[in-house]
Amino acid sequence: MLNSRRLVLAHFWLAFTVFGLALVLGAWQMFIRSPLHTWISNPEWYYRSLTAHGTVMGYVFPTLVAMGFGYAISEVSLNQPLIGRKWAWAGFWLIVVGAVMAMIPVALGRASVLYTFYPPLIGSPFYYLGVVLVVVGSWIWVALMSVNLHAWKKANPGAPVPLPMFANVAGSYLWGWTAVGAALELLLQILPVAFGLKSTIDAGLSRVFFSWTLHAIVYFWLMPTYIAYYTIVPRAIGGKVYSDTMARISFILFLVVAMPIGMHHTFADPQVGAGFKFIHSAFTALVALPTLLTVFTICASVEIAARMRGGRGPLGWIRALPWSNPIMLAVAFSFVMLGFGGAGGLINMSYQLDTTIHNTQWITGHFHLIFGGAIVIMYFAIAYDLWPHLTGRAMRDLGLMRLQLWLWFVGMIVTTFPWHWVGILGMPRRMAYYDYTDPAVAPQAVSVMLSAIGGFILLASGLLFIVILLRAQRAPREEAGLYRFSAALHPPVAVPALNSYALWIALMVGLTVTNYGFPIAQLALRSDTSVPAVYVGANP
Amino acid sequence: MTTQDHDVEEARVAERVERRWATLSIAIIVVLAGAAAFAGIHQATMPQGRVETIQPQIIHLSGEFTEANLGSAAEPDGSVTVRAVGQQYSFTPQCMVVPADTPVVFRATSPDVVHGFLIQGTNINTMLVPGYVSEIPARFKQPGEHLMPCQEFCGVGHEGMWAKVKVVDRTEFLTMSSKNRRVTCVE
Ligand code: HEM
Ligand SMILES: [Cu+2]
Ligand SMILES: [Cu+2]
Repeated sequence: MLNSRRLVLAHFWLAFTVFGLALVLGAWQMFIRSPLHTWISNPEWYYRSLTAHGTVMGYVFPTLVAMGFGYAISEVSLNQPLIGRKWAWAGFWLIVVGAVMAMIPVALGRASVLYTFYPPLIGSPFYYLGVVLVVVGSWIWVALMSVNLHAWKKANPGAPVPLPMFANVAGSYLWGWTAVGAALELLLQILPVAFGLKSTIDAGLSRVFFSWTLHAIVYFWLMPTYIAYYTIVPRAIGGKVYSDTMARISFILFLVVAMPIGMHHTFADPQVGAGFKFIHSAFTALVALPTLLTVFTICASVEIAARMRGGRGPLGWIRALPWSNPIMLAVAFSFVMLGFGGAGGLINMSYQLDTTIHNTQWITGHFHLIFGGAIVIMYFAIAYDLWPHLTGRAMRDLGLMRLQLWLWFVGMIVTTFPWHWVGILGMPRRMAYYDYTDPAVAPQAVSVMLSAIGGFILLASGLLFIVILLRAQRAPREEAGLYRFSAALHPPVAVPALNSYALWIALMVGLTVTNYGFPIAQLALRSDTSVPAVYVGANP
Repeated sequence: MTTQDHDVEEARVAERVERRWATLSIAIIVVLAGAAAFAGIHQATMPQGRVETIQPQIIHLSGEFTEANLGSAAEPDGSVTVRAVGQQYSFTPQCMVVPADTPVVFRATSPDVVHGFLIQGTNINTMLVPGYVSEIPARFKQPGEHLMPCQEFCGVGHEGMWAKVKVVDRTEFLTMSSKNRRVTCVE
């Protein structure tokens, strides 16, 4: 059952529209700071663009995808009309209003603080209020997912929650809780200063608050992709999910261990001591577990599909896969990028190796590869898979879809590999220009140029994606049939501890309190480390 | 064998394979965390362990980070301490001198916003957060020059915030430091 089509389509269209706009900014940034362009005469424009690009790509775009997909999952997998559709629209409009409210001061140069905020830099209060509205809109979605699940559970006592909904709700709870860190930072620290009620701020404390959000938000971005791996890919290529239980364990692990590890973002910070840095580092290692489990289960599921199609031999089955199917192509590319990105991630999380690449262009290269690459390519796949069911129209541009995915994959490799490399050479991030005539910087010029070329390939792919969606919207009407998620090879009969969340939420909150409570309390009680706010754009 | 039996048997095999993989995954993770702990205990490069605070608004007026005290100081035990301040949008001193093959400690802080402290070609890389002192032990193998950019966005002048670190021969450094209490290479 997919009744709320307009609602889901509205989320997807808004998501992909803002994505397209931010992509143009991304390509512009790449060009401006590369040797292909002379120094930008007013660097301030670069930081406006960077704030807009980061805010949209980090907060607005993935949140809308998760929400739209979440509503579809709730209706389809529970086979139950969405409860609270009016509220869902309210959440959507809050995001629209919030995004516009945030982007106006950014465009005017009154909030060039970048999406990480980092006080004591302080921009226009409307920028932060806009971000808060986006988060509040998404919290409505979190509540609705919970309400819908509970209504279904009441009607189906004891039945295992369908895997897509189980994962979706886990993701929503994770987001609900992880957003609290930045929300506390905004409400307790930044907004009072932005409104002029207070004039000083503790930068160390705000970095710790932000790290609470900054890590697990990554897993929120990743949730739709993992849900698609487990519940769309096997069906789309004619196979089954190898293990339903392992899938549930993976999602629960994300819920529990994604949170209490965020202080790995403060390894290089002076305001956190060795003890908590090490604890967070050790917990960070744990979060690799659900990904390792997922890689195994998905590879096994894909192999099952190949063997069902007559594939043979230890590796010969790979040839039997439906390579002309865009979903197959997307998941293969996604896994390759996940592999490279994951290897890079092991370096970032390492207590010792981190210092060689901390805050260099390696980091921007890394998260574009994982987030823009492995994750976003599956957002494309989700849209391609759902679109005929949302629009009631045929989707016939298979060739264009394959081309689009190839371009995104190739573009991502061309963009991010040299991006990593200049990071190793020590190129700092977030700079409007670099002096490539300096003999110490000159060796980086070629790599940056390559990245910029990759950026244009990505831009072409992103625009092609939007064209494909638009064309499908105008295609002839065609009944797409019932939308289904993948079936499990061995469907679950009873899933005792893996059917509800109370225990896991308690663990998530408990671990956050043990891993964050003391450092936050200690920093909050300190009075002599605050600095006066530095207002951005105050004197144009 | 009935299809049902066959199914049950298959499910059991699937579970066994899966359990093996899960065990292997956990082993990989334990080895990784263990390696980090081992390297930590044996004093490989380590993130800063101790939290040291400083009142950011008065660092120019008194104490360790007054202007006259910035630069490299030869310590009685033969090591060198380099004190620096990062502010919008420069480092003081703009050019730092250190001797090669000598234990060096960088101590730095910021009076205004968050800055970064990264010496290219080394693994010296930390944050300067107002209110806190960053301390990094280091040792440079060879004489040479390194660029030192600020690696965190600190405002519209961030792209211009670069300093230099000059590594000189130990004897050359000692001559310099016999003439000046604090050594820099600012011209
Ligand atoms: C889905 C795709 C993308 C996502 C999700 C994404 C996300 C982000 C985020 C979150 C930032 C951080 C902003 C900050 O540091 O304040 C960023 C920075 C940046 N992005 Fe993207 N981006 C995407 C695509 C692109 C593309 C296609 C390009 C190039 C054509 C690009 C170029 C850049 C550049 C140049 C920066 C600034 C790096 C720096 O100066 O340190 N991005 N991006
Ligand atoms: Cu993280
Ligand atoms: Cu800076």
